[in-house]
Amino acid sequence: MNGHGRIPILKVGRVLVVPIQVDMDDQTVLLLQERILTELERTGARGVLIDISLLEMVDSFIGRMLSDIAAMARIMDARTVVVGMQPAVAITLVELGLELKGVDTVLNVDEGIKLLRDEFGIGEEEGDAFQGGLNLVGEQINPA
Amino acid sequence: MARNEVRNIAARLGFLLLDQTRLTTVASELARNVVKYAGRGRLITQMASGATGRRGLRLIFEDEGPGIADVDLAMRDGYSTGGGLGKGLPGSKRLVDEFKIESATGRGTRITVVRWLH
Repeated sequence: MNGHGRIPILKVGRVLVVPIQVDMDDQTVLLLQERILTELERTGARGVLIDISLLEMVDSFIGRMLSDIAAMARIMDARTVVVGMQPAVAITLVELGLELKGVDTVLNVDEGIKLLRDEFGIGEEEGDAFQGGLNLVGEQINPA
Repeated sequence: MARNEVRNIAARLGFLLLDQTRLTTVASELARNVVKYAGRGRLITQMASGATGRRGLRLIFEDEGPGIADVDLAMRDGYSTGGGLGKGLPGSKRLVDEFKIESATGRGTRITVVRWLH
């Protein structure tokens, strides 16, 4: 189960919400990157919100994935926000020497949605905002 | 996986969350190097005892892979022969108290790290 848990991608308004809740091996990281880009193209979402509040470790590989997703999403006219980094993870990342180039980070999901809405104007077009229900796209969420 | 094992051992030895995270991250970086460059190898975990009675955790990563041709270069931030970010080795060194590389081209690599309980 470890590492092979499918990470759900939720579409909320024009934002893809990606709650990472499992420790990811490298294959899972690469697969997730690919799935996010595929869903960006398929759904026309303009924002990506990646919740890493349950991640107990971000090493150089995962850090690079976050930067790469932000860069690739940017080319596809979408903005990426990473939310909920644990303090110990943030300290370790800096000591490791990673900068998470091009990635906006905020404390929690509320702030992430606010940033996407206020700074980038994502989520308010077409009146679908964030009050719409959750649409599950891609694969099914794994049962806990 | 190496990460979970190291986190559990670190927690049992009394390391607090931040040091657990540092050690887990080091294990992830160095175990990845072993798999990436050598295909396979060993991770040995030991309780370390210092001269003044202090205790810590020692992690040894051993492989019989191609070895590191230029250790000084490999320890430089941003240098990578494997298409990575070049943060794995120098970054890991910053996360521990002691860091030692023994490597012979064609014979393998052993990296030993220690983090002391403070």
